[in-house]
Amino acid sequence: MEQQKEANKYSIIIPTYNERLNIALIVYLVFKHLKDVDFEIIVVDDGSPDGTQEVVKQLQQVYGEDCVLLRARPKKLGLGTAYSHGMKHASRNFVVIMDADLSHHPKYLPSFIRKQIETGANIVTGTRYVQGGGVHGWNLMRKLTSRRANVLAQTLLWPGVSDLTESFRLYKRAVLEDVISTCVSKGYVFQMEMIVRASRKGYHIEEVPITFVDRVYGSSKFGGSEIVEYLKGLAYLLVTT
Amino acid sequence: MKYVIKILSLLIAITAFWIALLEASVIPRSYTWLLPVYFVVLLGCYGLLMVGIGLMRFSTCPQEARLLQQDILEAKRGRRGQ
Ligand SMILES: Nc1nc2c(ncn2[C@@H]2O[C@H](COP(=O)(O)OP(=O)(O)OP(=O)(O)O)[C@@H](O)[C@H]2O)c(=O)[nH]1
Ligand SMILES: [Mg+2]
Repeated sequence: MEQQKEANKYSIIIPTYNERLNIALIVYLVFKHLKDVDFEIIVVDDGSPDGTQEVVKQLQQVYGEDCVLLRARPKKLGLGTAYSHGMKHASRNFVVIMDADLSHHPKYLPSFIRKQIETGANIVTGTRYVQGGGVHGWNLMRKLTSRRANVLAQTLLWPGVSDLTESFRLYKRAVLEDVISTCVSKGYVFQMEMIVRASRKGYHIEEVPITFVDRVYGSSKFGGSEIVEYLKGLAYLLVTT
Repeated sequence: MKYVIKILSLLIAITAFWIALLEASVIPRSYTWLLPVYFVVLLGCYGLLMVGIGLMRFSTCPQEARLLQQDILEAKRGRRGQ
């Protein structure tokens, strides 16, 4: 047990694109909620024109360059590759992935960590669809869409996970490496593909409830094309897993 | 085994069972002919039920949004303090 405690270190990967207003807040909150935990924050910024990187550099002055790492890429190359890029630079044995837009509150990090230690899970994923979880800022239409999408996926894929499209997750580093290399989708579907493939590979997956508050700063881009992508992704997973 | 194959084999099994029922005519044929309709209706009901239950359990958390606002204020103040 003692030894295990010593071995648990965390790399927190935060992809950013135009998150100047959010990144300082999220870093502050991570430090606030993870006292006595060995962790590093890896910000993967895709050349945000709003100056996100300058803010991150200021944060490095405050928190130290070995606690807040900036691993930037020259231009917007997409979320999926941002994760693998961040992971290449992750030096700890566990990796947490979370959004920078405060939809994923760092106060849940301790419950992810606790759950992993209690169960020895390979992956702990956040879920909005159980007691204690939820969303804020969605209208009935969006909730309905989300529920329908979820029921469809549950019925067709039997993934054994209640929330497939949530990206707030904790992975054993080796597991993330293994799963991410087989995933090709983009956007929401990427999260779904990750968890379905992990589940098919027999990895031990646990869930913790989280509440998802829709972004306060910056704009959301949920629309009809997302639904089409989702259905395509579902079909793709049906024939490949 | 790929999941489409699983689902397809399940469908084929059900169809085979249905054809067998038709052939054997243990129950009146007119009933057997209606079974697929029942099946589809049942599936639809299951879907509606699950979506309904899900929607009911799907909580909106206004207090979470408030807490987040507090945290944002605190974070802004905290950072200025440094
Ligand atoms: N590095 C990188 N980060 C990205 C890219 N696209 C989005 N992000 C970041 O990934 C996280 C999630 O993206 P969001 O835009 O919030 O996506 P979402 O949560 O599905 O949609 P919203 O409703 O807009 O919140 C945020 O922290 C973004 O800044 C990208 O191309 N590259
Ligand atoms: Mg978001």
